[in-house]
Amino acid sequence: MKPVLDVNQLTMDFGGLRALDHIDLQVHPGEIVALIGPNGAGKTTFFNCITGIYAPTKGDMFLTRPQGEPKRLNGLKPNRVTERGMARTFQNIRLFQNMTVLENVMIGRHCRLHTGIPGAIFRPPASRREEKEVVADSYAMLEKIGLTRYVNEFAKNLPYGAQRRLEIARALATEPFLLLLDEPAAGMNAQETKALDELILRLRSDMKVSILLIEHDMKLVMSLSDRIYVVDYGKKIAEGNPEEIKSNPAVIKAYLGEDIDA
Amino acid sequence: MITLQEIKKSFLVSLWFMFLTFPIMVIKVNTIEQTIEWRWWWMAAVGLGAFVLSFFWRIAIARKEAGKKKAEVSGEEKIALIPRLMSNPRFYIPGLVATVALVVIFPFVFSMYQTNILITALIYVVVGLGLNIVVGLAGLLDLGYVAFYAVGAYSYALLNYHFGVTFWMALPIGALLAFLFGIMLGFPVLRLRGDYLAIVTLGFGEIIRLVLENWNAFSFGPSGIANIPKPGLFGLKLSLQQSSIFIYFVMIGLALMTIFVVRRLQDSRIGRAWIALREDEVACQAMGIDKTRTKLSAFAMGATWAGMGGVVFAAKTTFINPTSFTIWESVIILCVVVLGGMGSILGVIIGALVLILLPEYLRAFSEYRMLVFGALLVMMMVFRPGGIVSGVRRIYKFEGLQNKVDS
Repeated sequence: MKPVLDVNQLTMDFGGLRALDHIDLQVHPGEIVALIGPNGAGKTTFFNCITGIYAPTKGDMFLTRPQGEPKRLNGLKPNRVTERGMARTFQNIRLFQNMTVLENVMIGRHCRLHTGIPGAIFRPPASRREEKEVVADSYAMLEKIGLTRYVNEFAKNLPYGAQRRLEIARALATEPFLLLLDEPAAGMNAQETKALDELILRLRSDMKVSILLIEHDMKLVMSLSDRIYVVDYGKKIAEGNPEEIKSNPAVIKAYLGEDIDA
Repeated sequence: MITLQEIKKSFLVSLWFMFLTFPIMVIKVNTIEQTIEWRWWWMAAVGLGAFVLSFFWRIAIARKEAGKKKAEVSGEEKIALIPRLMSNPRFYIPGLVATVALVVIFPFVFSMYQTNILITALIYVVVGLGLNIVVGLAGLLDLGYVAFYAVGAYSYALLNYHFGVTFWMALPIGALLAFLFGIMLGFPVLRLRGDYLAIVTLGFGEIIRLVLENWNAFSFGPSGIANIPKPGLFGLKLSLQQSSIFIYFVMIGLALMTIFVVRRLQDSRIGRAWIALREDEVACQAMGIDKTRTKLSAFAMGATWAGMGGVVFAAKTTFINPTSFTIWESVIILCVVVLGGMGSILGVIIGALVLILLPEYLRAFSEYRMLVFGALLVMMMVFRPGGIVSGVRRIYKFEGLQNKVDS
């Protein structure tokens, strides 16, 4: 089976600084893949490149819908990438603070709807139907993620953990088959992290999405991931299943530093 | 509430003011008799005035802070008085009936002068609602908005002068031209936001005005265009007063149409995208919203209303020249939106009425008119930074939603 995401030799330069150096990465259908590395290793840059926020210096990126043909992602705007079926969350939460929880999810539905300006003004039956559907669909999404009790709250008034989950709900509303999570457990306590762990597994089984995540919480990474990629200074230093990564000397070196006498 | 410390602080303020104003308020040189008058009682007046004002200012600020704290403790935001009244049919139905009655009989009861300033206020309602789309909903600070107003006004004036186009033809044409100019301005500023956008739009507004001022062959320069016909009513001959009344009702109709359209846009897929763009541009794009199209549509839809407002303005004054379209005009329209309440339709309407009618009725204060006006604006922004009526998000109800989906 073809990988849903296939990244070849991705390189990103900021002036003289090489933030990503010939990175290869694949995500296969139904997989949960983790991308780890020390702070500043280039993980978020990698996300920004594949989602079209940055234009990479070199390399190819392909997205393949299950039972579909590979589509090249290079040069696409972020909204086109999302339309193609890859949605993301952000490391520092980027919700629409002054919109309600439901409206945040409705924004996620935006690219699957068609009402334009004339439709908005004259409200033909098709637009009315679409509007009813988007409210019902968004509410159903909140039910799945367990946020219905906040439905009419402003996003900014939500507790931290709920904001993280709302970001996931909003991304899922775009109907992705690949979900990118940028440090979903950052700032969560042990209990919230455990709930997140269950949620991510449930997303894979119920909604048939593949997941690529950046995470610093090693316990979460090791329990969730099928495969792990490790990057340091923009280079891929290791790849493999959790067991292999745990015992990989290069990874240990990157995280703990070299012995003084070495 | 009133502590000794506050009295002390106010006392210090009054001392400071007495000292500051001493040279201009107390010393008066009589140049004829070569003597100096010492007007000590002026000093007392300044001291007392500063003390009282500062004291009340302190109390008002303290009350505001206390109110904010209380809202934080109770954990719920207090719904403002006006939206609460609006949602209660016992209040808003009689209110609506009274408003409609007043609107209908207004031009027949009050003088032509009153009708005319209300027409001006209504033009600002329409134009303000247009700018509200750009600034209030999409969060794009546009300081050159008056350019689109000028486009509307000049398109009627010039089309009428050269081709004899009537008001009713010019209204859609002016709107369309302004729409196109909105897109034209939109393209170069797509990458900009915040302060940079404000400065570029400011430049755009000035370019339009300067072109109109200097391109004599096209726009007749500073001398402007005169004898623009007022709107016709099936070829009837209208007296000056009748035609004022007619424009008044045209404007009421246009304002109602604007409210209707802006409301619908706001509650639609497009309106949500505008608000999302205001909240977070990066996240908005990552959620699949086309930033280019959304920004352009906001500029274009906003400009359309300014264009229509401009056509009516030209028809009402029957004479236009570039001095009607200075940066000051953009600032007033922006004030209407900010003072009224960004993103709130009712707020913008009230804002326009207050900002346009108040200076007229303050004429009694003659030279202090603008001082009073400015002081009111400052107080408004300190005590109600959200505007007179702040925007409210729509509440969706879900009782029995499950059953509906199942059946």
